[in-house]
Amino acid sequence: MDELIKVNHLKKHFPVDKSLWAQLFSRNQRVVRAVDDVSFFIRKGEVLGLAGESGCGKTTTGRLVLRLLAPTAGDVLYRGVSIFSQRREAMRRMREKLQIIFQDPFASLSPRMRVGDSIAHPLVVHRSCSKGEIRDWTTTIMEKVGLSPAAYLYNKYPHQLSGGQRQRVVIARALISRPDFVVADEPIAMADVSVSAMILELMVRLKEEFDLTYLFITHDLATCKYICDRIAIMYLGKILEIGPLQEVFKQPVHPYTNALLAAVPVPDPKFRRSDPIPKGEIPSAVSPPSGCRFHPRCIQAEPACARQMPPLKEVRPGHWAACPPMQRRGG
Amino acid sequence: MEPILEINRLEVKFPIHIGTVRAVEDVSLSLQPGEVMGLVGESGCGKSTLGFSILRLLRPPGRISGGEIRYHGEDIVQMGTAQLLGLRGKRIAMIFQDPLTSLNPLFRIGDQFIESIATHEPGIKKRAALARAADMLQRLGISAERLSEYPHQMSGGMRQRIMIGMALVLNPDLLIADEPTTALDVIVEAQFLDLLNELRDQFNLTILLISHNLGIVAQMADRISVMYGGRLMECGTAGAVFADPLHPYTQGLLASIPNIKLDQTELATMPGAPPDLVSPPPGCVFNPRCPRVMAICRDQRPSLMGSADHLAACWLYG
Repeated sequence: MDELIKVNHLKKHFPVDKSLWAQLFSRNQRVVRAVDDVSFFIRKGEVLGLAGESGCGKTTTGRLVLRLLAPTAGDVLYRGVSIFSQRREAMRRMREKLQIIFQDPFASLSPRMRVGDSIAHPLVVHRSCSKGEIRDWTTTIMEKVGLSPAAYLYNKYPHQLSGGQRQRVVIARALISRPDFVVADEPIAMADVSVSAMILELMVRLKEEFDLTYLFITHDLATCKYICDRIAIMYLGKILEIGPLQEVFKQPVHPYTNALLAAVPVPDPKFRRSDPIPKGEIPSAVSPPSGCRFHPRCIQAEPACARQMPPLKEVRPGHWAACPPMQRRGG
Repeated sequence: MEPILEINRLEVKFPIHIGTVRAVEDVSLSLQPGEVMGLVGESGCGKSTLGFSILRLLRPPGRISGGEIRYHGEDIVQMGTAQLLGLRGKRIAMIFQDPLTSLNPLFRIGDQFIESIATHEPGIKKRAALARAADMLQRLGISAERLSEYPHQMSGGMRQRIMIGMALVLNPDLLIADEPTTALDVIVEAQFLDLLNELRDQFNLTILLISHNLGIVAQMADRISVMYGGRLMECGTAGAVFADPLHPYTQGLLASIPNIKLDQTELATMPGAPPDLVSPPPGCVFNPRCPRVMAICRDQRPSLMGSADHLAACWLYG
């Protein structure tokens, strides 16, 4: 089985007005279309990057894929089985295999729990093993993520650790139940340059060692290069382009992908940006533009772009983009 | 040319319950008129503390415990309150990372402009102040109608442009920008940096750009200063620092940043963690992590060495 995760026409609309009155009687419920008909797959052992600016729906997508949120429509298949149709107990067992690394290691660790206990907690919840076994496996995992000496660090509290160590704790906790799929939601956004390089390296190493598959959510395209095999570009709830990372970076098809790539600051004083930066900012997801979500800011826009959101079309093998004008021009 | 700002052997300390944090120690640098100096380093290296010291905005218990900060020759460290108030905002402006917390949510943008103008030019007519604000907004590509709106009605990028507008409306000659684009998305960040480059020419600004993002600094700065553990590690022209970093810390830092234009697929890493500034290691603060450490590094602190346009505090060059 090639596809570990398959996402089909996933939608998540959040109501803007949450009052009961509005939900019962208002005829036109205003909603934020956070994720609006998104489909993709992730192969076993692969890292798919999901990139876009804040508010594009990438984090919501990550949570839906783990059923941390209920979708408005659509489905997510894990090993061919729909995760949304699982009953409570079956879902609990499945969650051992589906884990998440959060962005903020300050907010995602209990300040009152020793970090070793935080790491071991999933085992306490999910498995019936003895205290000794739990302790052994916890210290093994801690050493593997570079929390060494584990016996000493086990008894520390989060505030006693550095930012980099805390992020390692969060990674250890995600891996302790031996998952095979991990959503990493901006795992290095809070870290300093030298720390993020170490965390990236660690994630690549752990992926090999534990045979993992990642959905790597990020706003930083430059870091994708060091970990992702394929990349999906999101904008206002839609995937605009998806394909092999090297190809998307070298030959982007969608003008938005092109703009994102051009805007990344390059650490080289001799470098001068040649591609223009689009004007304006992301419009509201409550009333997204008609047609292609990007057309009001797009330099390549044609009248047809305003009428209908173009579907993703395969431009080259495995490389899909939702931009008919660019496809006609041969990408 | 006479430097606009000259910092000499600055020392900032934060006495706290477990000891004294030596946040900035023995830092000297100068800014020539019209140049952009990039001040880079990782969290906790003292770069923001240095920025706040220039305007004497350190929060207690932080205090400047030594050295001088000369602005057009006058020592800011010795200034009285009245003199400082005339300086802050009017001659030296500062913009911060998060425009949402820097703007008052309860007042219209126009009123916030009026307040800052009237503080420094008492007696100015409200209408005149508003006209200047409107003129400023226009140069930033924002419609003057926005003056009657509140901060929450604007996008993040627009708020950051408003911040810089307020900073520049009094015509300062020195701008301290502390992580000005960290809260912005990459496209808005690029727009903002383009704008900052235009304003720099229009207003003949000297900018101290504090950032952890070496990509931004590479695109904006004429010269670069690298801080680590409260000390200055390296200082030189942007071209020299990026092409030929001298200090092993700078070398490690540059090797560990992702570069979208390069074909590399692996990043170098720098083992270890920044020093505890309550009890920093003796000698060079970087010595416990340095791949090229020598005996002398462990007991004697190096000062900046090298030629005037490229200096490093490292015994390799002593």
